[in-house]
Amino acid sequence: MKILVAVKRVVDYAVKIRVKPDKTGVDTQNVKMSMNPFCEIALEEALRIKEAGFAKEVVAVSIGPPQCVDTLRTGLAMGADRGIHVEANSSFLPLTIAKILKSLADVENPGLIFLGKQAIDDDCNQTGQMVAALLGWPQATFASKVVVLDKDKQFATVDREVDGGLETLSVDLPAVITTDLRLNQPRYATLPNIMKAKSKPIKKMTLEDLKVDIKSDIEIVEVTEPPKRKSGVIVSSVDELIDKLKNEAHVV
Amino acid sequence: MMMIHRWRRSGEFVRSACKSLSSLRPEHNSMSPSVSGFVNRYESKGKTFQSNAWNDHNRELDLGRNLGMMQQYKSFGSSSASKVQRNPLFSSLEPKDVSYFKEILGDKHVIEDEERLETANTDWMHKYRGSSKLMLLPKNTEEVSQILKYCDSRSLAVVPQGGNTGLVGGSVPVFDEVIINVGLMNKVLSFDEVSGVLVCEAGCILENLATFLDTKGFVMPLDLGAKGSCHIGGNVSTNAGGLRLIRYGSLHGTVLGLEAVTANGNVLDMLGTLRKDNTGYDLKHLFIGSEGSLGIVTKVSILTQPKMSSVNLAFIACKDFLSCQKLLVEAKRNLGEILSAFEFLDNNSMDLVLNHLDGVRNPVSSSENFYILIETTGSGETYDREKLEAFLLKSLEQGLVSDGVIAQDINQASSFWRIREGITEALQKAGACYKYDLSLPVEEIYNIVNDLRGRLGDLANVMGYGHLGDGLIEPYVYEWTSKHRGSISAEHGLGVMKANEIFYSKSPETVALMVSIKKLLDPKGILNPYKVLPHSFFSP
Repeated sequence: MKILVAVKRVVDYAVKIRVKPDKTGVDTQNVKMSMNPFCEIALEEALRIKEAGFAKEVVAVSIGPPQCVDTLRTGLAMGADRGIHVEANSSFLPLTIAKILKSLADVENPGLIFLGKQAIDDDCNQTGQMVAALLGWPQATFASKVVVLDKDKQFATVDREVDGGLETLSVDLPAVITTDLRLNQPRYATLPNIMKAKSKPIKKMTLEDLKVDIKSDIEIVEVTEPPKRKSGVIVSSVDELIDKLKNEAHVV
Repeated sequence: MMMIHRWRRSGEFVRSACKSLSSLRPEHNSMSPSVSGFVNRYESKGKTFQSNAWNDHNRELDLGRNLGMMQQYKSFGSSSASKVQRNPLFSSLEPKDVSYFKEILGDKHVIEDEERLETANTDWMHKYRGSSKLMLLPKNTEEVSQILKYCDSRSLAVVPQGGNTGLVGGSVPVFDEVIINVGLMNKVLSFDEVSGVLVCEAGCILENLATFLDTKGFVMPLDLGAKGSCHIGGNVSTNAGGLRLIRYGSLHGTVLGLEAVTANGNVLDMLGTLRKDNTGYDLKHLFIGSEGSLGIVTKVSILTQPKMSSVNLAFIACKDFLSCQKLLVEAKRNLGEILSAFEFLDNNSMDLVLNHLDGVRNPVSSSENFYILIETTGSGETYDREKLEAFLLKSLEQGLVSDGVIAQDINQASSFWRIREGITEALQKAGACYKYDLSLPVEEIYNIVNDLRGRLGDLANVMGYGHLGDGLIEPYVYEWTSKHRGSISAEHGLGVMKANEIFYSKSPETVALMVSIKKLLDPKGILNPYKVLPHSFFSP
């Protein structure tokens, strides 16, 4: 069985981001970029399933500008067998990404598609669900416990973290799984693996190859910072407190 | 002088035998804070022995005999600090003094509260505790000047204090010296975005300065584990080194100017912001590293560097120390201008950190003898990364490196740094320890750890770690160090801990001149007494 893992190149989690002066987006110049943490977890899980003998190949795919190759190299250094880079000059919203992944799935025929539950730059939490819908496959999102595959590799058992607690699902394969934080701790890229990764192939594909319509229904109009938190005020008496609650905060 | 010579004759073996890193921390405020090493808790073949009381003399003697120590060693095995007498020429605090301070500083900034004083009286490692009854919090240079002028006229001894993160007892009183804490003087005065020159007050916390500079796209030229608490004034006064010294150099190079107040209240404005200024003697260098004994630093002008976005970090395992040294040479050669840190720690240090800190794991899957952290900082992400990878892969093939990982994002990088920076914290949790920071010629560095291990055997846990790139390693033996022409205090300063040991690293003539300068700038010796220079020069 083949596992396809989608990985996204995002602004590093630890960077303090700033909005560009023209409000078109977040400033990504001279800022450290890395693999989305949830995607790392997704890749780690795929590797573990392969190491347990349930899959033959793990393929990492990334969609974006040429620098995405760096992210794919990280994936290869962690242990993915090969990478696919779909070239794109602008950043896409989840529906477009989902369409691209669907086209890829039609070509590669994986038994499982792993994604991070959301990307830390847009926090959409939509792509995995959309891919499953487009493909007509079952989905298990926010996976938090080790995914166990049945011996005949026909279905997977997934624990999901939901608001009320944990929910266990059984999904028939092929399926889409999105990963949550507590699923695993991703491995480091070791030197021997980095060395091996240099000889692993990364295939370049274009949007034309995949015949995907990238016209989006959504346009980002403006990006602004949230209003700065105002400092607190110390009041000198209960009366003053009531007055402020009534006339300033309008909550009484 | 005499004491030291006695040490030398009888103490060679003895001094080297007692530098252990693992001994029982005193449960209570110890009366004789120990400077040199005593093994009070040791593990012998699985059993752990513990002294009942820190001052259990018999036990100490037994231990002494176990270690082959001679009885006469015992008499000056305890701290030189405890052998110091309070200088009778210093006055004691009187109510009129407190009133005067309240008048010039305001009631809120004159602290007599016992709890706050207890914190201010104790150093970070809980090894030293003074008995000051008063802490002052000036808000500006003028107030510092008024305080010192008054104290000088009244012969009141003072201790300048910043973040109180020093490791040699230099920032806390020895007796009842008045504490002058500059924590309220924490404003950034100016920042030039073209030259990168930052001018700020001495009480600015290093991490806050780093955060401020980050928004402007610059970095401080120094970084240390204590950054969340230490003040820039303290860093300058102790000539702090830290993790970035290998890249940016020492404070003697990066500090462009400073403002200091001398013992008699004179404000010395040496606050230049120019890279080049050859007018007269460059006096600021006297204050940098003087540990508050020549003046209180109130403002600092420092050259900061543009922030480079491409930072890469690798965690490497090496089989032996020789490989570490070779790796250092190769790193400097191959990584050159992008190398920004080269740290090392040994297996014992790694075990200590893994045992005592939460959420830490060994990045390298196998346990090795030595671990190295290599950091590069540059402007081209892909280029730097490839350079580092190529260098490490070549080292792997050559057998210099047995295994290693490269951090893929800032989170992973932070966890690698946590291991190295967490050693001090882990040592605190492990029990009292004797930390020595020494610098030695690079090839000698690990020999001393092996030397000690040989002598101490099962009795203590000896470990080595440090800024290999600068030739620094902690812990160590002064004699050994002196013999091998190293410095007994590479970075932490002399403080009270090593005040009498300066002769291990400096000649008598040099020390004599230091004493003359001290007496010239501070005739009554009220600034941070009992520290830095040997006590014998100043006792009445």
